[in-house]
Amino acid sequence: MYRFAKRIDRASLAVKACAYLFIGFFAICCLLPFILVLATSFTSEKAIMDHGFNLWPRVFSTFAYKIVFENPDIIVGSYVVTIAITLVGTAVGLFLIAMTGYALQRPDFEFRNKISFYIYFTTLFSGGLVPFYLLIAQYMHLKDNYLAVLLPGLMSPFLIIMMKSFTRSIPHAITESAKMDGAGDFTIFVRLILPMTTPALATIGLFIALAYWNEWYNSMLFLSSDVKYRPLQLFLYNVVTSADWIRNSAASANVAPRDVPLESMKMATAIVVTGPVILFYPMVQRYFIKGITVGAVKG
Amino acid sequence: MWTARTLILMCLPAIVFFFIFAYIPMPGLYIAFIDYNYSAGIFKSAFVGLENFRFLVMSGDLWRLTFNTVAYNLAFILLGNCLQIFVAILLNELRSKWFKKVSQTLMFLPHFISAVLIGLIAYNILSYDYGTLNAFLTSMGAEPVKTYSNPFIWPYIIVLTFLWQSTGYGSIVYFAAIMGLDAEILEAAEIDGANAIQRIRHIVLPWLKPTFVILLLFSLGGVLRGNFGLFYNLVGANNTMLFKTTDIIETFVFRSLMNNFNFSMGSAVSLYQSIFGFMIVITANWLVRRLAPENSLF
Repeated sequence: MYRFAKRIDRASLAVKACAYLFIGFFAICCLLPFILVLATSFTSEKAIMDHGFNLWPRVFSTFAYKIVFENPDIIVGSYVVTIAITLVGTAVGLFLIAMTGYALQRPDFEFRNKISFYIYFTTLFSGGLVPFYLLIAQYMHLKDNYLAVLLPGLMSPFLIIMMKSFTRSIPHAITESAKMDGAGDFTIFVRLILPMTTPALATIGLFIALAYWNEWYNSMLFLSSDVKYRPLQLFLYNVVTSADWIRNSAASANVAPRDVPLESMKMATAIVVTGPVILFYPMVQRYFIKGITVGAVKG
Repeated sequence: MWTARTLILMCLPAIVFFFIFAYIPMPGLYIAFIDYNYSAGIFKSAFVGLENFRFLVMSGDLWRLTFNTVAYNLAFILLGNCLQIFVAILLNELRSKWFKKVSQTLMFLPHFISAVLIGLIAYNILSYDYGTLNAFLTSMGAEPVKTYSNPFIWPYIIVLTFLWQSTGYGSIVYFAAIMGLDAEILEAAEIDGANAIQRIRHIVLPWLKPTFVILLLFSLGGVLRGNFGLFYNLVGANNTMLFKTTDIIETFVFRSLMNNFNFSMGSAVSLYQSIFGFMIVITANWLVRRLAPENSLF
């Protein structure tokens, strides 16, 4: 590092100190709210009533978790639904996006600009929420059907464009020489291109998976309370905004209504619903970094 | 045509997908011109022309929604980009690999959680009875604030939450751009006696300017589009006391669909948003093409 004697001037030192202080401060600010939720979930309800939410449980209690897991049926069901939607949606969506992205960057494909614009145009102009809602609920009859959550999330123009920029780095000569050997376009894509683009597929797959995992908008629009097992985020939304589920599980655990730990149970549910993902994410964050650096500047 | 048939077939799922979920709803904006009646359906409802738009203008809703949506977006874009650049430059000044890695991981964290959890976290901090903010204020001897009934503090809350959530992840683009800067230039400047502030001011910032301008213009293209999840989960579905300062186009359209069942009013706002949004994107892209042709979208 130090190939030449460094002049330690005051301004540079100040910048360095400022960098460590500010970045450290901001990083802690990003972490603290999660600690707050975690700590509250382990705090006895009485301590919350007396002292409010704290970064450290004043009176430690696992009561909220006991009630949450007393009746695990709904949470387990929600997990199964979310995992199933995420797996199927990511697998299908990723394959379709990769296929489209590859075809659209082939320099010898004469319709590539027209189709690219056809896809891109949907980001410029949209019919808005009402016609979209009527289409899915009234005309496709997908109300209370998981397909209403699965289908609209399969593809996005942004990810197709990202896939195009990723596959552009594969030399066209590979496609050409395979064509000489008599391989069809689809075979080339499946046998040659897919194995060569695994880092890109990992990045795009994670983008799709994250979107499905955090999906709550379409769930809220199309899955009514008739659906017993709702995706996790919608389940969490319902738990947070209405106390019904909490009161019911407390009742089935024989807890008197006035003893229901309302606040700590909201936080415990949030931890049960989000915890696994937050533990998983540091392992995959480098793929997200790659995605935004490829996708950002080139729209 | 025939030689391209496989490639066309490979694009077919995407073509069908966007046709169904993006193109079919477009003519549905016709609902903006009728008095939509759920049982009668689109074609048997009465045609009212521009009546819905007249109502939106007269009631002042359209102006309020436009103002809120645009003002919030401008704050997000300007403050967001400045803070992202600031963070990226400071990250580049860190020498400890360990420190850089851990702090980056923590700063990305908020980007990966759902809007629902963000709403819950905000409630943790802002709740009148149990919130950490009021606990802090009372311990300092100040009066607790009734956050959820005071519309004037919400612009600060929403902008801060947005910055909290997006700065870490957004700084990656600028950080990557700084990485692309030739290290020799910085070293040469250092040898010539430029201190860190001078290096940042005269080398790094000018180097980031094109990225900044392009990202700025692209985000300005979306200035009429709001972040529904953030507003809806922070403010709540029915907290009418706060709507004056927190209602944006997306939340209004959502309510007109799900709460008031006023499909026509929602469509009218959507149509207005789509048309003006389209014009803004075209203008932004025109500017990008003049400044940096290789970055323009079309």
